[in-house]
Amino acid sequence: MRIDLNGSPTEIAARTLAEALCELGYGASAIATALNGSFVPATARARTPLREGDRVEVLAPMQGG
Amino acid sequence: MKLHDVLRDSRLMLGTAQYPSPRVLSDAIAASGCGVVTVSLRREIAGEPGANGFWPLIKATGARILPNTAGCHSVQEAVTTARMAREVFGTDWIKLEVIGNADTLQPDPFALVEAARILCAEGFAVFPYTTEDLIVAERLLEAGCRVLMPWGAPIGSGRGLRHADALAALRGHLPDVPLIIDAGIGAPSHAALAMEMGYDAVLVNTAVARAGDPVAMARAFRHAVEAGRLAHEAGLMPPRDFAVPSTPVLGIADLRPGARA
Repeated sequence: MRIDLNGSPTEIAARTLAEALCELGYGASAIATALNGSFVPATARARTPLREGDRVEVLAPMQGG
Repeated sequence: MKLHDVLRDSRLMLGTAQYPSPRVLSDAIAASGCGVVTVSLRREIAGEPGANGFWPLIKATGARILPNTAGCHSVQEAVTTARMAREVFGTDWIKLEVIGNADTLQPDPFALVEAARILCAEGFAVFPYTTEDLIVAERLLEAGCRVLMPWGAPIGSGRGLRHADALAALRGHLPDVPLIIDAGIGAPSHAALAMEMGYDAVLVNTAVARAGDPVAMARAFRHAVEAGRLAHEAGLMPPRDFAVPSTPVLGIADLRPGARA
């Protein structure tokens, strides 16, 4: 299915958020996730199903003021 | 760790953006002696997770982490960002920014208070980026904030304390609330002034990161903040409108030319 990953259309085979992160190579990096504008805790990713057109944000620590 | 303990060790907080290189950032943090650094959350590049190496570098400094919600323009965005930051950075501290105007980057006080109320109820220690407005400050305290971060001037402008009188009044009205000047500080003298006025700390980023020599400037800010705080604790003399001689008047010689007495 096609989701919107960090603003880019992305084709994935995964059915859940946890599977999608694995498939996309995020592995063990320090990231936080949001689905359609709502925070999804790391512990909830495996039971969070993805649907066509979902908006997924994967954020990581970055420089800030 | 409580903010009080952090401030006892260092009253300078440093932003981590816009440095010429990771090495300079790391050296500037060390030279500043800062106890707290601010960080943000941004999109991770797909296929290159962790490529920037920023997070290990920051963790290695040992500084306390204060994540921000920079770039958020709504309550919903700021609250979601804060929740994401808490998980990634492992801290309840959040520098809450809800921007109301894209040109001045000034806080939207209405959305700020609303977001602060939600996050305080969720157990966050909210550091709200606000203006010098006393009523907004009182609403933020009512919402559960235990510290306030009024601006000196718009973010990145380097204009110093544009409304010093209002900031002094805010300090006077809230003697027991930790107050940290955030944004607009462009020179060590601005930081020293804030500390002399009794502010508890200052947060500086662009003034260090964009200096000709950021590491040397970090050191300059460290000294300025220490000097300003010492001056505040020492008690500044009250200003006067007219001159008062500092050298004793008694015993001045009569050196007028001419006639004998």
